[in-house]
Amino acid sequence: MRVAENLNAALHGVLEADPAAYVIGEDILDPYGGAFKITKGLSSRFPGRVLGTPISEAGITGLAAGLALCGDTAIVEIMFGDFVALAFDQIVNFAAKSCSMYGTRVPMRMVVRCPTGGGRGYGPTHSQSLQKHFIGVPGLSVYEMSPLHDNRAVMNAMLASGEPSVFFEDKVLYTRRMYDVPDPFRSDMIPAGHTGPGVARVFLDDPEEADCVIIAPGGMVDRVTRAMRALLLDHEITCCLYVPSRLYPFDPFDLTDSGARAVGAGRLGPALRRARAVLVVEEGTAGGTWGSEVAHQIHRLMWRDLRRPVAQVNSVGSVIPAAAHLESAVLVGESTIYDAVLEALRD
Amino acid sequence: MTEPSAVLARPPLPDDGDLDLLLLIRHFELALLDLFGQGLLAGTTHTCLGQEYVPVSLRPLLGADDFVFSNHRGHGHYLARFEDPAGLLAEIMGREGAVCRGVGGSQHVYRDRYMSTGVQGESLPVATGVALHLKNTSPGALACAFIGDGTWGEGAVYEALNIASLWRLPLLVVVENNGIAQSTPTARQMAGTVAARAEAFGARHHRVDTTDIGVIRDELAPLVSEVRLENRPLVVEFATHRLGPHSKGDDTRPRDAVREAEAHDWYRRYAQADAGRFARADEIQRDRVAAIVREISARPLSRWEPCG
Ligand SMILES: Cc1ncc(C[n+]2csc(CCOP(=O)(O)OP(=O)(O)O)c2C)c(N)n1
Ligand SMILES: [Mg+2]
Repeated sequence: MRVAENLNAALHGVLEADPAAYVIGEDILDPYGGAFKITKGLSSRFPGRVLGTPISEAGITGLAAGLALCGDTAIVEIMFGDFVALAFDQIVNFAAKSCSMYGTRVPMRMVVRCPTGGGRGYGPTHSQSLQKHFIGVPGLSVYEMSPLHDNRAVMNAMLASGEPSVFFEDKVLYTRRMYDVPDPFRSDMIPAGHTGPGVARVFLDDPEEADCVIIAPGGMVDRVTRAMRALLLDHEITCCLYVPSRLYPFDPFDLTDSGARAVGAGRLGPALRRARAVLVVEEGTAGGTWGSEVAHQIHRLMWRDLRRPVAQVNSVGSVIPAAAHLESAVLVGESTIYDAVLEALRD
Repeated sequence: MTEPSAVLARPPLPDDGDLDLLLLIRHFELALLDLFGQGLLAGTTHTCLGQEYVPVSLRPLLGADDFVFSNHRGHGHYLARFEDPAGLLAEIMGREGAVCRGVGGSQHVYRDRYMSTGVQGESLPVATGVALHLKNTSPGALACAFIGDGTWGEGAVYEALNIASLWRLPLLVVVENNGIAQSTPTARQMAGTVAARAEAFGARHHRVDTTDIGVIRDELAPLVSEVRLENRPLVVEFATHRLGPHSKGDDTRPRDAVREAEAHDWYRRYAQADAGRFARADEIQRDRVAAIVREISARPLSRWEPCG
């Protein structure tokens, strides 16, 4: 099954299970079914609860917040994640605040979906990864779609949290297969330190015996695993990849054993400690990134145990050009990761 | 002597220069779709097929001092301003000689006093700032922003119109109302009308229903000079038709809707008006674009250093 189909099924599932659920967005109605076809079939099956809107990102996100305020469930599709900037106020100053600023908890069952990232030559205003701008907002969770996480579970977890979430979906993933990990690697799922979806893990034989630990969101899985394969074949370097579904709040107990709060978490600290290098990889451009937050958390908890500081791999701090040859020079690719691992392991 | 009815059905062919420009834009856009079809272009593009006459008719009404803001569907706007198909194609293909080094691509072009961006509604507030600057530094010049019907969904459009009217800024808003936004018919995304919106802010509104370039210019010339002389914002709404897909291969309109758009195509009507002259001009522009495609495709890739 392709990731797009899995996500589409998740949306069908939400609308089916919850008669107070809405899906809202621009050009999402059949037969068009959304710019990336993720909402295909929804409006035919659930007319009245799947709403094709004017081009009004701020307006429709506020509308979703209004539905959520009344106890309904609202999922907004922002056609290109770049345009979530237009809805920033509604998300940050209204939806996230409303959970707590009235002195009592106001649950908000609300998800803002953002097709994200480059690699398709759409140019500077249609290719960004804006996750970093939503990191550190109290009352707001940031999730990222992954080929290793069932979107149904992720969608349910975001809604069940009762807090608004922004869900970033790397556009390039849509056409990839679910759970596809290149030979000779395998994957499994370890529980997170919170009640949400677990942390997916891709490894060779023993996940705790890797030379290098890589932490990356779902959009990077393809590129990271290809780099891992090349590093194994070319240099016999073993890497273990951890893919959290929820990026923020980032729960360091997912990855370290300090405090050993989470079930199974005790197995992760040793992996980090044993690794000769730890890298955080993301597509967002350099500066003020999610990766900095992750690196900081790990440093704070494990500074003395690490052989070297966590290395960060980002796209170049730049606009994302339209032309393919320029775009690939800016974005994190398989070779960027490959080189960064070699660099981090160099003694 | 021609019958009056025949005049109506068959508008006279525009002057050579206008006809050539119309056909240049038409063949440029067709060439892009063809390059996409062959897998020779990446990314996306939004062609202005059917709407070419809008920027062509505005061309003599806008001067080099005027600042033009274009949008995602901007190739015609650019070509009508600079007649530089090679620079634009190089931009879209990421080749040497690209207007913006291949960084912006189809939707993000900046040259002299011309700028486009791919985020709907963003340009209008910026255009008011430019209009304020022009009012203070070069009276008589104006800021012109092209937007589609769907872009009236964005709140920024209204904020900008309010300020432009309130502060009497020389702003010309050109609305290309092609009856659709991506897949959404205007009737499903806009309550009320463009005219009533303009009126609500005390801005003038003029609706253009013809594709006849001469008629359009006659109608608009006095209104545009009022924008310059009296600093009064003007909203010109072209009732127009999108012939092609929104971008590429994403047309889900019913056949009838497409046929209806095709019935308004200036190309067919002009082709009938003077078949011989039209065919000659058409062939020249088709060959011109084909030669440019060959030439640009053979150029080396554009060069640019990421900033940061
Ligand atoms: C803020 C923003 N939201 C959504 C889009 C995606 N988008 C690009 S063009 C378009 C439709 C625009 O319709 P309209 O304004 O009528 O112009 P047309 O395409 O018909 O020329 C949409 C929704 C965008 N570019 N920017
Ligand atoms: Mg339109």
